[in-house]
Amino acid sequence: MSVIGNTALDFTDDQAMILDVARGFCADRSPLERVRDLLESDLGYDPAVWGEMVDMGWPGMALPEAVGGSGLGVSVAVPVCEALGRSLLGGPLLATLLAGQLLLRASAGRDGSAVLAAIAAGAPATIALLDSADWGTEQIRCELGSDGVLRGVKQQVMEAAAAEWLVVVAQEQGEPVLAVVPAAAVAPAARRDHVLIDATRRAQTIDFSGVQVAGDAVLRGPDVARALRDVRLLGGLLLAAEAAGSAASCLDTTVEYLKTRTQFGKLIGSYQALKHPCVEILMALDATRSFVYHAATLVDDAPLDGDAEIACRMAKAQATETLKYAGDRAVQFHGGMGFTWECDAQLYVRRAQWVQQAFGDAQHHRKRLARLLLDR
Amino acid sequence: MSQVSDREKAEFRQQVGAWMQANRPADPGFLLPQSFMEVGSEQQLEFLREWQHKVWSAGYLGMAWPRQYGGQGVDPVYQSIADQEMRRHGVPICFNVIGLGWAGPLINDIGTEAEKARYLKGILSGEDIWCQGFSEPDHGSDLGSAQLRARREGDEYVLNGTKIWTTMGNFAKYMILLARTNPQAERKYDGLSFFLAPMQVPGIDPRPIRKLTGEYGFTETFFTDARIPASCLMGEEGQGWKIAMRTLQYERGAEAGAAGGLAFVRIAIDDMIAELADVERDGEPALQDPAVRDQLVQMIMEEKAVVLCDRRAAIPALTTDYPFSLPLSNKLRFTESTRRMRQMAINLQGADGGLYVGDAAARQGGFWQRAYLNSFSATIGGGTSQVQANIIAEHILGLPK
Ligand SMILES: Cc1cc2nc3c(=O)[nH]c(=O)nc-3n(C[C@H](O)[C@H](O)[C@H](O)COP(=O)(O)OP(=O)(O)OC[C@H]3O[C@@H](n4cnc5c(N)ncnc54)[C@H](O)[C@@H]3O)c2cc1C
Repeated sequence: MSVIGNTALDFTDDQAMILDVARGFCADRSPLERVRDLLESDLGYDPAVWGEMVDMGWPGMALPEAVGGSGLGVSVAVPVCEALGRSLLGGPLLATLLAGQLLLRASAGRDGSAVLAAIAAGAPATIALLDSADWGTEQIRCELGSDGVLRGVKQQVMEAAAAEWLVVVAQEQGEPVLAVVPAAAVAPAARRDHVLIDATRRAQTIDFSGVQVAGDAVLRGPDVARALRDVRLLGGLLLAAEAAGSAASCLDTTVEYLKTRTQFGKLIGSYQALKHPCVEILMALDATRSFVYHAATLVDDAPLDGDAEIACRMAKAQATETLKYAGDRAVQFHGGMGFTWECDAQLYVRRAQWVQQAFGDAQHHRKRLARLLLDR
Repeated sequence: MSQVSDREKAEFRQQVGAWMQANRPADPGFLLPQSFMEVGSEQQLEFLREWQHKVWSAGYLGMAWPRQYGGQGVDPVYQSIADQEMRRHGVPICFNVIGLGWAGPLINDIGTEAEKARYLKGILSGEDIWCQGFSEPDHGSDLGSAQLRARREGDEYVLNGTKIWTTMGNFAKYMILLARTNPQAERKYDGLSFFLAPMQVPGIDPRPIRKLTGEYGFTETFFTDARIPASCLMGEEGQGWKIAMRTLQYERGAEAGAAGGLAFVRIAIDDMIAELADVERDGEPALQDPAVRDQLVQMIMEEKAVVLCDRRAAIPALTTDYPFSLPLSNKLRFTESTRRMRQMAINLQGADGGLYVGDAAARQGGFWQRAYLNSFSATIGGGTSQVQANIIAEHILGLPK
C-alpha cells in the first residue's frame, strides 16, 4: 500500500447546498465593517445572528434526529465552518459543534441526551479541554474527586462566556471522564477573560475547583477516551475548514490591493516579488481545500479510523501553514498601510496566529503523521 | 460524459492489465529513459520504438483516433484506462510524445485529409519520430518573438535560423515548427506560421547538445537555406501562434485528444522511502530522525495534494472561486514537488549522496541523482515554473502584466 493511501474526495448534494447557503448567509451578516464593530465588544458576536443560525438548525446539524438534530453528520459542519472563516464570523457555533460531537461520541446514545437536545435546540456549549499550553500531552490535570467535586483550572476555553453548557475534561483516578456543567455552576470570580491575538474570538480561563457535578452529569468509560481523541481531530478539521475560508478572503484582500496601488508608475501587482507569492498562496489554498474536503469525506458518526485520522491531521497541518503565509504576506504587501489597525490584513494575520496553535500546530500533526505513515 | 458502462470499463481494465503483465519487457541491461526528453542513444531509441510498436499493435495506443489512420475509433475513456494500467504496471514509456501528444492530435483536429493520411499512423506505430521546433537561442520563454525565418519562394518555403533544445532532434523525421513568415507584422505574434516540416532535407542540421546529466537528448538545430514544400504550412500564414497555443490543450490526455501512452515514468515517494530504509544518520535509522520524518511527511503531503486537487477539480461545487485554478496549477504543483522530492532523496543518502551514475557504490546506480537532474526538464521545458506562475497570477488572480 502506498503512503499516499486513501484519496477519496466526495461532495454530497447536502454539503453543496449547505455551503451555498452558509456562504451567502455569512457574507450578508458579517461584512468586514460588522466584524470590526464586534472586535472590541464584550460578547464578540451578534446574538441576533446566532439566533438566525439556531433557526436554521446549525448547532444541531451534525447531531442525530433523536435529540432534535438534523442527522446530517459532522461532514456538513465542514462547509459551514469554511463559510464562517471566509467572513471572519465569530461566535459560539464552532465550540458548540465540537461540544456536541464530544458528548455524542462519549455517550454512544446512552446519557447526555438531555444536554444534546438543549444544544440542538440552540444552547451554546463548549469544551474545557486544556490544562496547559501543551496540545500534545495526554495528561489531564483537572480532577473529579470521589465526592463529585472538580479541582483544577482550564485555560483557553473557547467562547466560554457565551456557553450555557461546559463539558469539562477531567480525570477520575487516572481515567478520563467528562463532567457536564451548567454555566451557572461557575461563579464569575472563577472566570478570567483571555485577551486573544485573534480579536474575533473570545475565551476564558476557568477555575473549576469546588464545582459540584451531579452524578448523572458525568460520562465515563472507554468511549470517553476515544471521543476525546476524535474530537481533537475534528477540532483540527473544523478549524482547518475555517482557516481555508479565511485564507481565501485574505488572498482576495491582498490581490485587490495589488490591482489598485501604484508605485514607480506601475501597479504593484505587476511586480513578481508580489505576484509569485500570491500564486503560492493560491496553490496552498487549493491544497488546503482539497485536504479539508478529503477529510470531510472520511468522517462520520462512527469512531474515526486511521485514514480519517491521517486526513484530519493533514488538513490541519496544511491549513495552518496556508493561513499563516497568507496573513503574513497580506501585511507585508500592504506596506505601511499593512501595519495599521485600519487595514484588514491585521484581521487575517492575527487570526492565523491563533489558528495555528489551536488543536495542535503543523509540527504537532506532522509528528503524529510520521508515526502513522512511516512506522507501518 | 462517457457512454461506456462501469462493467465494460472494468473488463477492459482487466484485459489491458493482463496484457501489460504478460508483455512487460525484461530489463534491457541499460538505463531506460524516464521521459521522452531523456532519449539519448540509438540503443534506447530502438528499444522504445519496439515497445511502442508493440503497444500500438495490441490496440492500446491512439484508441480514440479514427480507424483509417491507425486508431480504434473508440471512446477515449478506454485510452485513459490503458494509460493508467501502463503506469500501474511500470512498463516503459511510449516515447514519441511530440507526435502522440502534440502534432498528432493537432493534425487529427484541424489537419487536412492528406495530412491525416500521411502522418497519423506513423506517429502511433513509432516509425515516424516527431520533434518540436519552438525555442530559439534568443527566444525561449518569450516564444512569440521567435525569429527563424520562413520565406515563400514558389512552391517552397526557405528556412533560415536556429532552433534549440530540440528534444530528439537528431532522431526525428518531422518537426512541428514555429517560424516567422512576416517580419513586418505589427503584432509579433501575427508574423508567425506553423509548419509540419520534414527534417531530412539539405540545410537542416541538428547537432546534439550534452545535458547536465552527461547524456544526450536534445539538439541545437541549424537551418541554412533549407527548402521544404509549401504544402507543409499548416493552416494559413499568420496563424502560427494560435496553432502553437492550441497544441497545449492536448496535454490533458486522451479526453482532450492526445493519442495516449505513458509519457513519463512516475517515481513515487514510496520508492524513496523504501530506498532509505537502511540509511543511517547519527548511527540510527534515518527514518527515525525527527527532522527527516518531518520533512518526509511534508513531501508525502505535497504528493497527496496533487492527487486530491485532481479529484477536487472534478467537483464543480468545490471550484467556484477560481474554476481554472486547479487545471492550470497542477503542472506547477506536480513538477516542483517532484523536483524537491528527488533532491531530498539525494540529501538523505549521507556520503553516498555525493556519488553519481557510474560509481559502483552509488545507490541504485545513481538513479536518484540522475532523476533529480532530469527533473528540471519538467520545470524548464514546456514553459518554466516562473512563467507558469505569471500565467496563473494574470489569468486566475487577474493581476496586471
Ligand atoms: C529538457 C528540455 C527539453 C526541451 N525540449 C524542447 C523541445 O523539444 N522543443 C522546444 O522548442 N523547446 C524545448 N525546450 C525548451 C524550453 O521550452 C525552454 O527552455 C523554456 O521555454 C525556457 O526558455 P529558455 O531556455 O530560453 O529560458 P529563458 O526564457 O531565457 O529563461 C531563463 C530564466 O528566466 C526566467 N524567466 C524568463 N522570462 C520570465 C518572466 N517573464 N518572468 C519571470 N521569469 C522569467 C525563466 O523562468 C528562467 O528561470 C526544452 C527544454 C528542456 C530543459
